[in-house]
Amino acid sequence: MDTTEIIVTLAGLALSGFVIWYFFFSARQTAAAVSTSNGVQQVDITVKGGYSPDVIEVERGKPVQLSFYRDEENSCSEELLMPDFSIRRDLPAFKTTLVELLPQQAGTFTFTCGMGMLRGSLVVK
Amino acid sequence: MEQTTKTETLDIEGMTCASCASFVEKSLTRTPGVQRAVVNFATEKATIDYLPTQASPATLKEAVVQAGYGVSERAPDISAADRQAEIDQQKALAYVRLKRRFWVATALAVLIMPLSMLMLWPAMMARINMQTLNYSLLALTLPVLLYSGHEFYTSAWNSFKHRAANMDTLIAVGTGAAFLYSLAATVVPGWFMRWGILPEVYYDTTATIIALILLGKVLELRAKTQTSAAIKALMGLQAKTARVVRPGGQEVDVPIEQVKLGDVVVVRPGEKVATDGLITEGSSAVNEAMLTGESLPVEKKAGDPVFGATLNKTGSFRFRVTKVGADTMLSQIVKLVEDAQGSRAPIQRLADKVSAIFVPTVVVIAILTFVLWFDLAPVESRLPLALVNFVAVLIIACPCALGLATPTAIMVSTGKGAEHGVLIRNAEALEKAHQVNTVLLDKTGTITRGEPTVTDFVPAAGQDASLLLQVVAAVERQSEHPLAEAVVRYADSRQTVVVPASGFQAVEGKGAQAEVNSQPVLIGNLRLLEEAGISLPPAVRQQADDLLAQTKTVLYVAVAGQAAGVIGVADTVRETSAAAIKRLQGMGIEVVMMTGDNPQTAAQVAGQVGITRYFAEVLPGDKASKVTELQAEGRTVAMVGDGINDAPALAQADIGLAMGGGTDVAMEAAGITLMRSDLQGVVTAIDLSRQTIRTIKQNLFFAFIYNTLGIPIAAGLLYPFFGILLSPMLAAGAMALSSVSVLTNSLRLRSFSPIKK
Repeated sequence: MDTTEIIVTLAGLALSGFVIWYFFFSARQTAAAVSTSNGVQQVDITVKGGYSPDVIEVERGKPVQLSFYRDEENSCSEELLMPDFSIRRDLPAFKTTLVELLPQQAGTFTFTCGMGMLRGSLVVK
Repeated sequence: MEQTTKTETLDIEGMTCASCASFVEKSLTRTPGVQRAVVNFATEKATIDYLPTQASPATLKEAVVQAGYGVSERAPDISAADRQAEIDQQKALAYVRLKRRFWVATALAVLIMPLSMLMLWPAMMARINMQTLNYSLLALTLPVLLYSGHEFYTSAWNSFKHRAANMDTLIAVGTGAAFLYSLAATVVPGWFMRWGILPEVYYDTTATIIALILLGKVLELRAKTQTSAAIKALMGLQAKTARVVRPGGQEVDVPIEQVKLGDVVVVRPGEKVATDGLITEGSSAVNEAMLTGESLPVEKKAGDPVFGATLNKTGSFRFRVTKVGADTMLSQIVKLVEDAQGSRAPIQRLADKVSAIFVPTVVVIAILTFVLWFDLAPVESRLPLALVNFVAVLIIACPCALGLATPTAIMVSTGKGAEHGVLIRNAEALEKAHQVNTVLLDKTGTITRGEPTVTDFVPAAGQDASLLLQVVAAVERQSEHPLAEAVVRYADSRQTVVVPASGFQAVEGKGAQAEVNSQPVLIGNLRLLEEAGISLPPAVRQQADDLLAQTKTVLYVAVAGQAAGVIGVADTVRETSAAAIKRLQGMGIEVVMMTGDNPQTAAQVAGQVGITRYFAEVLPGDKASKVTELQAEGRTVAMVGDGINDAPALAQADIGLAMGGGTDVAMEAAGITLMRSDLQGVVTAIDLSRQTIRTIKQNLFFAFIYNTLGIPIAAGLLYPFFGILLSPMLAAGAMALSSVSVLTNSLRLRSFSPIKK
């Protein structure tokens, strides 16, 4: 094994380690919902290559209104899926789409793009 | 003093679902001064009745904005259809832009490919300066990268910032690596030569991959719009205007969103029924195929319900509005189909788990592929080989086919179900239905009509049949009893002349008596006649015994103190039941019946429709335990009931099918609701479920096999044995085709038609 091979091997392993850490073990952006005067828990979410915030904390039994602003045109994020609430929505580019739901049970519910690549979760307490 | 209210119609922006509409509605209703607010999701309009002294259009708009929605300031004459057209136009524009990017990439790739292959002709190569050629290729590739493919790079970068990775990540890293390597080889070829590497360029790889992936996207977009066509078609069925009768009797055409509960609406021949209501006068045949799947028109008369979006055929009638906006049958169906399309089938779970970790895993595999090729390949070709295989792994592994496999099939089939009057509540219900091997039918209301019908009308010797029917009907018209209603329906169906009856009296548990044409008339059971001291002639008694032997209920009639005849009443089997049961049995499903009736009646009905196993004398509370009994035998049970009293059994069954009968959609009790009171719906539901699951399995198989085989081949696993390497361009072609083939497979469900033989 020559020096170049050793460098390439080490760099490759380091890069793989970085990919695994970066995508699977890094901290997430959490936000708690803000309750309005009429008892609706509101959260603004920006969709651009992912959801920010991507972990949303809400309270059980109160209506939740999620405003998804899709800040890109790329087709990966054009659909939103919340299978636990039977929700499928098209998110038009550069527009806000509102999604309402009433979480009845506590737990963590995933929401994803149409193909399940972009992911976020709704934590009901 | 009563204040006069004003009505305001607002165009609401930003509503994406029926629950958005109820959010706006709630917010408006809570606004002081608002007496009534109706928000129609389909037309995106809110109609508000308010007291001008307490509220104003400005405060109403404020309420809408508070709920998180907008009020469109556009001219009010823009109709919902125009709005929909605008959205469609935007989508069409995006499609045109995508196509343009595809054609630019294709045109340039067509130029780049032969230029890159010049080295195959050494004679030609000798005349051309390598540097010039590489710079020309670079110039041709840049527009492909920056114009046609820019979306992949921005998307990948955006995802990266979110610590997420999607299919664009793979395309961007793959083509980006090929391009950057080529760029370096073009700009500093000397550096490569110093290391003993030929400065080869891969501009053709970059351009072709982008062109092929865009081709996949173009085909995908086109197919995708077809998967949701059914729901769009459903929403488009709504009538735009209604002809409302004003208190003065004047008829005015008003936009549908201004129609209020209690309004009387006129429907002329050939017109669409505007909304749900009850007919107050007139009669007609109405085509309800769009809601129930029943192709034959349904006869409607005063007192019958009519539904919005159905088509009036020949007659003219008026109806009183009972439901508007989101409460109508059509809106409920649309909502149910939308919900089902948003749900996940359990079969998708594995694909979901794989999708979540897919892209980063593939990136790691690609990096390791690069390292292995670099370390193991001969020194002079190790960098190009490592690079080519790295790119091939990234491109072939694109997971879009996996992501599309289940949802597209579910979308097409739930829409298709609605078209045939089969409403599927969620993907799980659809998946359960295909495993069913036993169908348990509740007799009354499913196999039979569920209402008593006169089957025999037998006058005694010397009685005139039509006169007797007149007399009998005159008495029964006064009664509320279900058996009396059956007699009246029978008389009406024979256009019997209506004559008056006086002194009507119901005799508890026995029947009724009244006077018709100054003669006393008795109708009821045998005891009623016996207690009045009327004896039955042997012939009449014989006829009554015959009817009883057929397990029918017998009504005895006496006129002027003489036995005048007997009437046989029974719950009749629907014409379609026997055929549908035969079809189910043909599908390998055992059909079991249960009923509260005695064993004789049960045996008779079972025999009539070809059922061999049945449960008789089942109390309403024991229905669910019969389901459990069958399940204990290891069967997967579908319970079919009318959705109201059968709720516990429907819930206990592996899959519950409620017969809505087009009146009350008992959606909550069952996984599947049949809009039509006809067992054919059960056949359709199970058949549709079987075909859908088959499609999903095929899709998942293709998607998985393609990735599990594709990645090792792209990584070069076959090279040591067969010398086979996968060109990144072939990988791109295969990738583009994979999602298109999955979509096309799902779209095949559009040609579904229920088994009718």
